Amino acid sequence: MSNRPLPRLDSVNRDFWTCGADSELRLQHCNDCQQFFHPPRPVCRHCLSENVGPKAVAGTGVVDTYTVNYQKWHPAIEVPFIIARIAIDGAPGVYLTSNVIGCEIDDVDIGDKVQVTFELQDDVYLPLFEKVS
Amino acid sequence: MSRNEAFITGIGQSEIGVRLERHPLLLTVDAVKEALQEAGLTIDQIDGVSTYPGRASGMLGFSPIGSDELIDALGMKTTWYAGGGEITSQLGAVVAAADAVRTGQARHVICYRTVYEAAAFTKPDEYPMPKRDRVDSYSQWLAPFGAISAANWTAQYAMRHVKKYGLTREQLAQISLTDRANAALNPKALVREPLTMDEYMSARMISTPLCLFDCDRYTDASTVLIVSAGDALDEVKCTPVRIAAMAGSVDRHSWDQAEWMASYATGRDLWKRTDYTPADVDTVQLYDGFSFLTLTWLEALGFCEVGEGGKFIEGGQRIALDGELPLNTFGGQIGAGRLHGFGFAHEAVVQLRGLGGDRQIEGDPKVAIATSGGGPLATALLLAKD
Repeated sequence: MSNRPLPRLDSVNRDFWTCGADSELRLQHCNDCQQFFHPPRPVCRHCLSENVGPKAVAGTGVVDTYTVNYQKWHPAIEVPFIIARIAIDGAPGVYLTSNVIGCEIDDVDIGDKVQVTFELQDDVYLPLFEKVS
Repeated sequence: MSRNEAFITGIGQSEIGVRLERHPLLLTVDAVKEALQEAGLTIDQIDGVSTYPGRASGMLGFSPIGSDELIDALGMKTTWYAGGGEITSQLGAVVAAADAVRTGQARHVICYRTVYEAAAFTKPDEYPMPKRDRVDSYSQWLAPFGAISAANWTAQYAMRHVKKYGLTREQLAQISLTDRANAALNPKALVREPLTMDEYMSARMISTPLCLFDCDRYTDASTVLIVSAGDALDEVKCTPVRIAAMAGSVDRHSWDQAEWMASYATGRDLWKRTDYTPADVDTVQLYDGFSFLTLTWLEALGFCEVGEGGKFIEGGQRIALDGELPLNTFGGQIGAGRLHGFGFAHEAVVQLRGLGGDRQIEGDPKVAIATSGGGPLATALLLAKD
């Protein structure tokens, strides 16, 4: 997928979409109640604090659910591929929709452990996931 | 009948087709005229208009006609109107209208949903597809990963049911098979041929576990429901259908952060607002933009336990036209066309009035449920003929 639809970067989402430049996954975090939340916003959805900012997580997670997409919705995206909802370790309640790559399409299941890997396209570092054994 | 209650009176529907030449405003007018005629009302008696999502200028096929345009085009003298997408899904427009008539802001409100998604493909100059150099808003969290369609987002919840509760494709097929069997009896339905289990099982996958026949398809049509005040029913000649309870919810407006789709909270809340129980319901018209959404509505509304939806519909007898809980008797969106939410309330009224023709359910149905959405947004209406 070298021609993905890309997000429009702004002051709130830029760190998430570029943290891969530092080879780490960062999520919005509240420095008062110490909870992560997603999508990133300038206020904590748990305690309404504005004392929030990006914080690194381990970059591992678990496949919460997934689907194998066969329909060619986008002319530049080859099918089939795995779309998965990843529960991010260390950030309870935060999920990222992403792709599981580097394995056969029938080799993914709920509960699989995964590790982030970044794919650079233009100015965006897309957080994708690979299975870890 | 309390004056503070809201009723669905006239209902109307344009022809349903794909790539219709008729202008979407005129399709809307067709549905308006049919609804007025049924109710015995004139356009001068309409003082409110409500729609979802209003004119969608960036995606005109999805919603080509705004309520302000309809009001002006038909010379209506309205005292209240509403139209927008930030509401608890399509039938939220009916909820808004019911609130308006209950509070005296209007007496008769035209609620409508006009779709022109199939025709738009053939008229790209008039109905351009959205041009997106970059995606923003919620799409940014999905589209970069090829999760472009609601099929992908719904499929992931469906896969959880497959893995966690053992939902099988043969079970899920019963939604589409039931829809298509009923559509064959509906002269207006887009698809009139029944679907067989073999056809379903051999269909190509869209996004596992959803195959082609689990999805509705782009349609051109308009559906109208007139919502009237309890103290205005003497002006109406058709049998009024009472909106006995309404519920809608948005927990997190998100297809991936929410643990449960909004249908579950909506179904739970609906029963808190009425003395009726699921056992009183004669027919259910449940949103089926994707078949799996219908299954979750059956669970959400308490017809079976969470996770038991697959077993509940197994074999299809229970939800068939002559079953204990007839489902989507007009064919749903999968059979009748993607009317986008309003078709379910329209059909609930048809059945409660006994006007279903070949698809009319047995007996004298008195209570029905119509729903829309079910993903991040959901609305449920409990409708009763007193």
